[in-house]
This record gives sequence, structure tokens and C-alpha cells, in this order.
Amino acid sequence: MISLKDIQKGLLVSLWFVFLTFPLLVIKVNPIERVITWRWYNMLWIALASFCCYLGVRVYKSRQLTRHKRVKLGIVKERAAWSVRILKEPSVYIPFLLVVGLFALVFPWIFSTYQTNIMVTALMYIVLGLGLNIVVGVAGLLDLGYVAFYAVGAYSYALLNMHFGLGFWMVLPIGGLLAASLGILLGFPVLRLRGDYLAIVTLGFGEIIRLILENWNDFSQGPSGISNIPRPGLFGLHLSLDQSITYLYYLVIAMVLFTIFVVNRLQNSRIGRAWFALREDEIACQAMGIDKTRTKLTAFALGAFWAGMVGVIFAAKTTFVNPASFTFLESAIILCIVVLGGMGSIIGVILAALILILMPEYLRAFSDYRMLVFGAVLVTMMIFRPQGLIANVRRTYNIPKV
Amino acid sequence: MEPLLNITGLTMDFGGIRALDHLDLSVQQGKIVALIGPNGAGKTTFFNCLTGIYKPTSGDLLLTPPGRETSRLNGLKPNRVTQHGLARTFQNIRLFPNMTVLENVMIGRHCRTRAKILGAIFRNRKTVQEEKEIVALSLSILKKIGLYDMHDEFAKNLPYGAQRRLEIARALATDPLLLLLDEPAAGMNPQETSELDELITAIRDDGLSILLIEHDMKLVMSLSDHIFVMDYGKKIAEGDPKSIRNNPEVIKAYLGEDIDDA
Repeated sequence: MISLKDIQKGLLVSLWFVFLTFPLLVIKVNPIERVITWRWYNMLWIALASFCCYLGVRVYKSRQLTRHKRVKLGIVKERAAWSVRILKEPSVYIPFLLVVGLFALVFPWIFSTYQTNIMVTALMYIVLGLGLNIVVGVAGLLDLGYVAFYAVGAYSYALLNMHFGLGFWMVLPIGGLLAASLGILLGFPVLRLRGDYLAIVTLGFGEIIRLILENWNDFSQGPSGISNIPRPGLFGLHLSLDQSITYLYYLVIAMVLFTIFVVNRLQNSRIGRAWFALREDEIACQAMGIDKTRTKLTAFALGAFWAGMVGVIFAAKTTFVNPASFTFLESAIILCIVVLGGMGSIIGVILAALILILMPEYLRAFSDYRMLVFGAVLVTMMIFRPQGLIANVRRTYNIPKV
Repeated sequence: MEPLLNITGLTMDFGGIRALDHLDLSVQQGKIVALIGPNGAGKTTFFNCLTGIYKPTSGDLLLTPPGRETSRLNGLKPNRVTQHGLARTFQNIRLFPNMTVLENVMIGRHCRTRAKILGAIFRNRKTVQEEKEIVALSLSILKKIGLYDMHDEFAKNLPYGAQRRLEIARALATDPLLLLLDEPAAGMNPQETSELDELITAIRDDGLSILLIEHDMKLVMSLSDHIFVMDYGKKIAEGDPKSIRNNPEVIKAYLGEDIDDA
């Protein structure tokens, strides 16, 4: 299974990694005492780890190859990938869903408030990911300024509450609608652009919104932000901090379910098909009678709508908003969730959001290497699974064979 | 009888280059009309003007559906042109590669259906009904075109000839009055070409009019009721297949002139 050549190549790979990580992991400079510590043992670890990783991948690949051959010869039956089976076979996905549902339901009662709080954040990112998924994954419009709509939602709750005393439930749809109308407003001039050009313009738009919030003091109170935003109320009951976080948790769970429901139905509709077609080929799409502008605008507006609503929830959760929460990094993370999860795939986006948001929280001990790991994960993903963790499966229709 | 499509004085300039020069052309209802000419004669430019991808510099594109008002197609967006009843295929295949065969055809129904966002979310009876009709109609088109058994395949996995046929199926799904085929037989083997011949005749017999660009002269001569010949953006001849075959202008355009005569 492993030939001499593989071992040779493995050694080369480990040498390369040692070279790459040398300045970061081996040399440690202490500028105060003016000494340099050489951590040679780190080098050894890197070499060993990369060598083992390489061999592991080789073994996996060769096993896949033999399996493929045997399937071709008809010795064993082809088995669908696990990601497809989760979605397709009721015997797999019904118990799976039950377990997940039960776990989600009891989560705040078995874990601490701190854990619940982290989970609320992760769930919010699921909704954001699903919203951006409409724009990027389904309609194929690369939007790097998604966080702008999130900011609009958050500030609309903060400001409407401060000036007019509007409550959470009132602002939730208003925030969404405001973000959606901003999406349409931005969409009109921008949507004639494609690919990279669209990405640059949306990136600029995201920064514009953040800079406005930062500098227009009379409007948004500038960098100091707006504080004392009330948490969502429950029929006027007074909730303690723990209780209100639990309440928020269930609220976000409901939001996630609502989003999954709506996005799923949209994808399998006339409009969803038009979005997919638009991603595939714009000219053919128009020639088939699809109004390009309107289709793009609906995708943009719907994506923004979700960002706006999550923005309202974000403001209610943290009870404080300032422009620092809406940087480009935020857009990038949401985009990563979509790309990592699999363009257009709902389950994939959920999984990716949980991984990308929860992992850094639970691996605080390694927080120094967070960005390193983040980059490595993305590179590995793009090489081995460019279609994402769970690739989107197109709907098939039950049609009798003739 | 008023022709279905009547084009007069169609001109298209790209900067200083005149790609189409006062072109007159008409298509009668229920006929197969071919447009031929050497490479670079402006045939595809003509198609792009007709379907709204380019906006013609001058001239008139008039569509008269039987028993209805004449409408002018100049400068309409491509999707509006399709709504008026012109559906096209592309010279280099432009299917939606990562969608299934059935979905490709269903896209064609988009401009004939109405379901909106709210309908999609709430799935009311009207939307469900409409969706059922789309699937049923798309399947019946696939059956006619001979791709029924492959409806769950991705479009990109189809063999070349089948992809060409799928493009025709997708165009048919828009309920066109006039089908515009841009080199439908390009790259096909003789057997696929003869199947295509049968298919196009069958579509004509269903009452559609067809305008096709084609280089395969055998196919053009056997199919067409009427042929237009273009060269350098101008119409140089028109007539039935027999007269075109013997037209000295056409022979000159295709084979070049004898130097001794010039």
C-alpha cells in the first residue's frame, strides 16, 4: 500500500513544512533579555506530524482507488457518500434529526449560561450563513459586504429603541425590511457587474456603512456605540440574566428553523430554479425568459433581510452595538461558512457555522494559532473537497420510468 | 398572408464596422427558413440582434403572431423577446451544466408561469398546481425530444448530441412561435444529424416556425422551405433550395472568384 516512493515524497513534504514553519515555531526572540530560544523540538514535531499526515492521505487515497476498481469489476456495490445518505435515506436522517432536535432542546438545561451564550452566537451565524447562501451559494453573486446589512439590522433596533422606544418584536421585521430595502437600493446600480467587480463594489459598500456609523456622531453616536439596548421581552415578565439568555436561545433556535424552512422552500421553487440558472449561465438564463435584474434583486434583498433580522437579535443579545462589530472580518467569516459548508447546501452551511464559530471558543488554549489553523483548514478544504463539506444535492422529482 | 417575422433594413454597427447592412428577411408561419453564409458573414450577430442581446443600430424587427397585433422587438431585453415568442439555442452549447435535464427544461417555463416569493414560501394550492404543470409539460417535451430516460442526469453528463437536443427542448418549453437554431448540427455525426433532421421536421409539423443558421449544406437543403444567403453583412440571395444551389452569387461567396474572370 505504501511504496518507497511515498515515503520519499513524505519526507520531502515534511522537510517543506519544517522550512515553512521554521521562523514561527522554532525561533523565539526575547527582546528584553536579548536572547533567542531555539525550540528544536517543535521542528521535530512538525516534521513527524506532516509526515504522518501525508502517509495517512496516501493510504486513504489508495484504499479509495482499490474500492473504485472493485466497484467497477462488480465485486462490491457502490455506496453513496455519507453526506448524500444523511439527506436521502429516511432510516439515516430521521433518527439523526431526532437526536439533534432533542439535544438542541435540552441544551440550555445541561450546560452553563456561558455555553448557551456561545451556542446563541453560533446559531446566529447559521442564520447569517443561510442568508448569504441565497446570495453567494445559490444565485452566485459574490457579496463581500454582507456585514453591512447585519449592521443595518443591529443599528435599526438600537436607534429605533433609543428614539422611539420600539420593542424587540416590533423591530425584528422592521430591521429585516430596512436591510432588504437597502439591499435593493444598492442592488440597482451594482448588479450589472459580475464576479470580481461585484465583489469589490460590495466590499466597498460594507466599509462605507461601517465608516458612516463610526463618523456620523449625531446619528449613531460614533465609535462609542449605543448601550443599554433592552433584551427581548416575554409578555412583560421580568427575566433574570440567565433566564433571558435561555429565552434568547430558544428564540434563535426558532429563527434557525424558520430560516431553514423558508430557504429550503425558496430553493425548490420557480424563483430558486431561476437563481441556480443565473449562477450557471447568465446569457442563457436571459434567453430563456428570466428577468436578470429582478431575479438578482430578489436574491440580494432576501439575503439582506436575514442579515437585518439577525442584526436585531445581535443588538438584543449584546445590549450594546458599536461599529467595531461590523468589520470586513465578519463578512469574511460568513463567506467562509458558506464556502466551507458547500455552496447552496443548507446542511453544509449549518455544519460549517458550528465548526467555525464553536471551534475557536472551545480551543481557547490554542488561540495563538487560530488564524494559522483557519488558513490551513481552508486550503486543505479547497484541495480535497472544493464542493464544500456537504455538497448541494439537486432535487429530483419522483417520476415513473417508462 | 402577413409573415410571422418581418425584418426590414436591419443594420448593426460595432464602432466603425458594419456587421449587418440593411438586411431584409421574413419568415412565414409554419415554415423552416435557413440562413447561410461563409464564416464571419454576420449570421450570429443577426441572431443576437433579433433576440435582444445586441441593440440594432437601425431597422425594424416586427413580429406578427397569427390573429394578433404586430409588435416591434427592437431594443427589448432578451427575456422580453422570449416572452413575445422567440426562443433560441446557442452555437456553443449554453446549458445549465450543474442542473438536471428536467430542471433545464423547467427553466424554460419560467416566463410562462407566475409563482412569487410568497407563493414559494407558503406553497398555496395555486403554486403547487403550477409546479405540477411545469413538471408534466417539461416531461412531455423531454419525451418528444427523446431524453425522457435521462431526466435525472446532470446536463453536463449528457453526450454531445443529447446536449444539443436538450437545448432545443429548453427552448421549446418557452412556448415559442418561432424557434431560432444557431448551428444545431455543429459537431454532430451523420447519424445524429439525421435524427436532428427528423426532430426539426417534427417540430415544424407541430405548427412552429423555424429559423436556422447552419453550415451542413445537406441538412439545409433537405430541411428548408426557404433559404437566405448572407455575406459581409448583406443579403446576397434568397429562394428555395434548388435556386440557391445554382445561384452564381452564392457559389462565388463560398468558393471565391476565378482570377481570370476578374
